Amino acid sequence: MAKLEQPIDAAQPLPVIQVVGLSKCFGSHPVLTDINLAIMPSETVCLLGPSGSGKSTLLRCMNWLERPSSGEVWLHGTQMGYQAGRKRLASEAELAKMRTRIGMVFQQFNLWSHLTVLQNVIEAPIHVQKRPKAEVVAEAEHLLAKVGLHNKLQAYPSQLSGGQKQRVAIARALAMKSDVILLDEPTSSLDPELVGEVLAVIQDLAQAGMTLVIATHEMKFAEEVASRVIFLDQGRIVESSDPKTFFAQPETARARQFLERYIHVGAI
Amino acid sequence: MSLRFDLIWEQAPAFLSGLWNTVWICAIGISLSLILGILLLLPLFSHHKVVRLPTKLLVEAARAIPFLMLAYLVYYGLPSLGLTLDSWSTAILTIVIYNAAYVADILRSAWVNLPKGQTEAARACGFTGVQLLRRIVLPQILIAAAPILGNQAIQVIRDSSFLAIITVPELTFTAKAVQADSFVPFESFITAALLYWVLCLLIEFGVQRLEWVRNFYGKA
Repeated sequence: MAKLEQPIDAAQPLPVIQVVGLSKCFGSHPVLTDINLAIMPSETVCLLGPSGSGKSTLLRCMNWLERPSSGEVWLHGTQMGYQAGRKRLASEAELAKMRTRIGMVFQQFNLWSHLTVLQNVIEAPIHVQKRPKAEVVAEAEHLLAKVGLHNKLQAYPSQLSGGQKQRVAIARALAMKSDVILLDEPTSSLDPELVGEVLAVIQDLAQAGMTLVIATHEMKFAEEVASRVIFLDQGRIVESSDPKTFFAQPETARARQFLERYIHVGAI
Repeated sequence: MSLRFDLIWEQAPAFLSGLWNTVWICAIGISLSLILGILLLLPLFSHHKVVRLPTKLLVEAARAIPFLMLAYLVYYGLPSLGLTLDSWSTAILTIVIYNAAYVADILRSAWVNLPKGQTEAARACGFTGVQLLRRIVLPQILIAAAPILGNQAIQVIRDSSFLAIITVPELTFTAKAVQADSFVPFESFITAALLYWVLCLLIEFGVQRLEWVRNFYGKA
């Protein structure tokens, strides 16, 4: 049952996202079990773990693209998926409004193929958030310049490389002025030589103080950029620590085994 | 044996009038059926079975009825229910009912095949309901389905020749009238056939352009 107040610690600032007792099952198959975590402002949290450990599902539950089977997701004191201050489920329109506060970048980019690069970035701010077009376009041009695509404003997604598409997707998420951006394996679909350009953009965002939650298999990147690493296995949080500790002295045998495999295959 | 195309030339104004009637009846019928087909998409994808299933049944029924049978039903059948339509209204209504069912089914299929990530990204950005359909889904499925919709338009032009039977003065009706008047059946019907071919070629040309557009946009 939905609670009406976010469980907070008075000594701490309010988390951007707080996940409380979240579980998700697909049919009878549990994918996430009793997940509890808080994402603090300006944190860069990397979700690590083997394929199928629930990283993507956790991100998708955070913005309710997947409805959690149980548990709660709080966004700056507002419970995702529920009407403000009530136990009733939010309508699709209310849920859509909540989602605008959480940016999402997908593994497959998911740029809208019928729109140009600029249109992809301005579409939601203009038509969902109803912001003035001139202001949004100026901001979008600035963001696209920031991700190195100032000369591709009128290009269509079909004319871009994978790395360029993902940078547009990041600019699209930024244009929403969200409280947090969730990145679901943003480099997994890229050719190895294109990974660097996307990671550099994400690194810039992290350094600029954007709150980021990143599901990734890029261990070196996580070690360099993350302020915190969360290791998932079989749908449970096994370990949550700062990256130096995690990569140098993982607490659990499962995390050690996972990291050893990455060292063994040369992924670090 | 000598062919008398000179007689057909004398009847050129009649043929042009028949051709024009075919063109505007089909243009209005296809345009209205496109709008109706799009409007049918929302109930076809409704989460509520009581909305979705009857719509699906209606669409499938309209697709199962032959065009001529539908024209007979509207022209001769509806008066029994107290609704009498002239042949022009019957022509447009028949095309709209017949073609909207196909358009709805073509667009439904294009929507089903639209990569899930496209709507997911839209939902993640706060799009929902009609706005999601209008701004994200519809442009993409219209592009994806454009060649099939073009072929369907060709089908409508061909089927429109049945409208001669309910006395709509379109191209086939005109050809029949000319051959009855001048006793030149081959010349009349081959002229009408060639004019249908030209119409279909024009649409075919448009369809080929749309294929290019689809291939360009389809690589996101």
